[in-house]
Amino acid sequence: MEFLLPFLIGILFSASLYLILHRHFFKLILGLILFSLATNLFLFVIGRLTRGGSAIIGQDENVAVEPFADPVPQALLLTAIVIGFGIQSFTIVLIKRVYQSFGTTDLDDMNTTDQIEEHH
Amino acid sequence: MNHLLIMLPILIPLYGAILSLFCWRSVRVQLYIGILTQVCLLVASFLLLFDVNESGIRTTQIGSWPAPYGITLVADLFSAMIVITSAITGMAVYLFSIKGLDKARQTFGYYPVLLVLQLGVSGACLTGDLFNLFVWFEVLLMCCFVLIALGGTKPQLEGAIKYVTINILATSFLLAGIGIVYGTMGSLNMAELALLVRMPVAHPALINMAGMFFLIAFGIKAAIFPLFFWLPAAYHTPPIAISAFIAGIITKVGMYAFIRLFTLIFVTDQELTIPLFTVLAGFTMVIGVLGAASQNDFRKILSFHIVSQIGYMLMGLALFTPLALAGSIYFIIHNILVKTNLFLISGVVAHRHGTFALKKLGGLYLQQPILSVLFFISAFSLAGIPPFSGFWGKFMLAKAGFEIGSFTIVLVSLAVSLMTIFSMTKIWNEVFWKKKPEQEPLLDVVPQQKLRDNRQLYLPVGIMTVFILLIGLYAEPVVAMAQLAAEQLLNSKLYINAVLKR
Repeated sequence: MEFLLPFLIGILFSASLYLILHRHFFKLILGLILFSLATNLFLFVIGRLTRGGSAIIGQDENVAVEPFADPVPQALLLTAIVIGFGIQSFTIVLIKRVYQSFGTTDLDDMNTTDQIEEHH
Repeated sequence: MNHLLIMLPILIPLYGAILSLFCWRSVRVQLYIGILTQVCLLVASFLLLFDVNESGIRTTQIGSWPAPYGITLVADLFSAMIVITSAITGMAVYLFSIKGLDKARQTFGYYPVLLVLQLGVSGACLTGDLFNLFVWFEVLLMCCFVLIALGGTKPQLEGAIKYVTINILATSFLLAGIGIVYGTMGSLNMAELALLVRMPVAHPALINMAGMFFLIAFGIKAAIFPLFFWLPAAYHTPPIAISAFIAGIITKVGMYAFIRLFTLIFVTDQELTIPLFTVLAGFTMVIGVLGAASQNDFRKILSFHIVSQIGYMLMGLALFTPLALAGSIYFIIHNILVKTNLFLISGVVAHRHGTFALKKLGGLYLQQPILSVLFFISAFSLAGIPPFSGFWGKFMLAKAGFEIGSFTIVLVSLAVSLMTIFSMTKIWNEVFWKKKPEQEPLLDVVPQQKLRDNRQLYLPVGIMTVFILLIGLYAEPVVAMAQLAAEQLLNSKLYINAVLKR
């Protein structure tokens, strides 16, 4: 199973980039969500996977029994997921507002802030 | 007491923000809380800088967990200098917002969000833990998102969507880099990491790769070539009080983290990083200044100049000598003050005349001579004319470049300086010097109340100008402090020993 995970992460990253490069708002949201999902999974896997051993120290032991899973990446992951949720929900609301005021779903319509203003 | 001193720049804005949130309905109370908070923050930062200057690097452990396991807060001269500059800027922007920002935005939580943003800046500067750095960056980015979108005008929403998208990507890169660092080294404490990379390690290539992830993440946040395109598209869209603070501080905090990590942790493969940074620095300077030359809008010219100035800061890191890093540090301090002030001045102009377009403005030298002088000082500081502050930063960088024989990058930086003068002269000619273009007489009549408000906006600009003049005309203590800070950066044993108490 473990050797499949890097491929899964790779597929997630490429799919999310593909979606982000699209012009549709909805695909942008999906792409961003997938991208942070892929990053979270990457963070989880690169912290090394250990199955079936939690880092809980038993009542009559001084240290946890090897092999146990490193709790730090899990803690990082949880923090990252929570922060990601916040930012994703902000993005979704922002994009909804953008849709309401511009009346379009096409990112290519949004190129006015880059343009050099000419005043004749 | 010393532990408290490091915590204060984080605690003060946090409590200020919470208190202001409780007083959501009354903007006036929020304002008083805010001013009190800003004053306390300024005093606390001064005390911190004084303390660090007296007795070297200060550390504290959150929750008293010993060093490599808990979260460490570290204050060395570099971080203390950034914290105090950010406090000064925050104070000025706050004073500016009272009259310079519309009531609607003030009612919808501008003051608490600004305080949380300052909290994020202090946190990012003071943390000694890699993952904690990520969290502080999220805090300040979230506030930037809200501030840029606050008010929801069309340009703001458009700028916000670009800013949010690119920054989510940058953050993910940062997180992936942190993951690789933890996966290879098994630690997130910056001091322990610095210790580990200096020993023979199992996977030097992986550390390099993590370094490149950080390069991309902070490259986007600090707007380094070729990752800067979001900046001129987003920074000029919100009202000037907001863009002044964001433009002044946020890219420099990115640059701070960049310099910190690439002097402390990712120093193992300098044959790769130093030529890479040199090339990036050169392109960042040139492209930024060329972009500025093509613009006809007060704020957009200034936005592009942010990019160009980032190049100078990167140049110090690329040269990697004590003098060059001191130059970078001095330049960051100078640039935060000057850039914010120039944005504030553009805000004063737009408040009175209702536009940022150079073609529609004119004749301000006649109408507002004091403002013209203030602009003149800031613009010449930015361009690096002696004896103003920009000169000293550029002088140190150029001298460091000549000392180690990197003539090309020094020549590029000097040429870019000339181009900066060109841009500043363009603003001067168009806004202050030329005759005011003919327009309908109705637009020329400014109500008395607005004139009075406009005069109140001079106060923050004046305060910032005093600081700019101070670090320019009385540069010696600041330069000496920057040199000390650079020595602390390069001599990472100091940092490691201070944190790990060995």
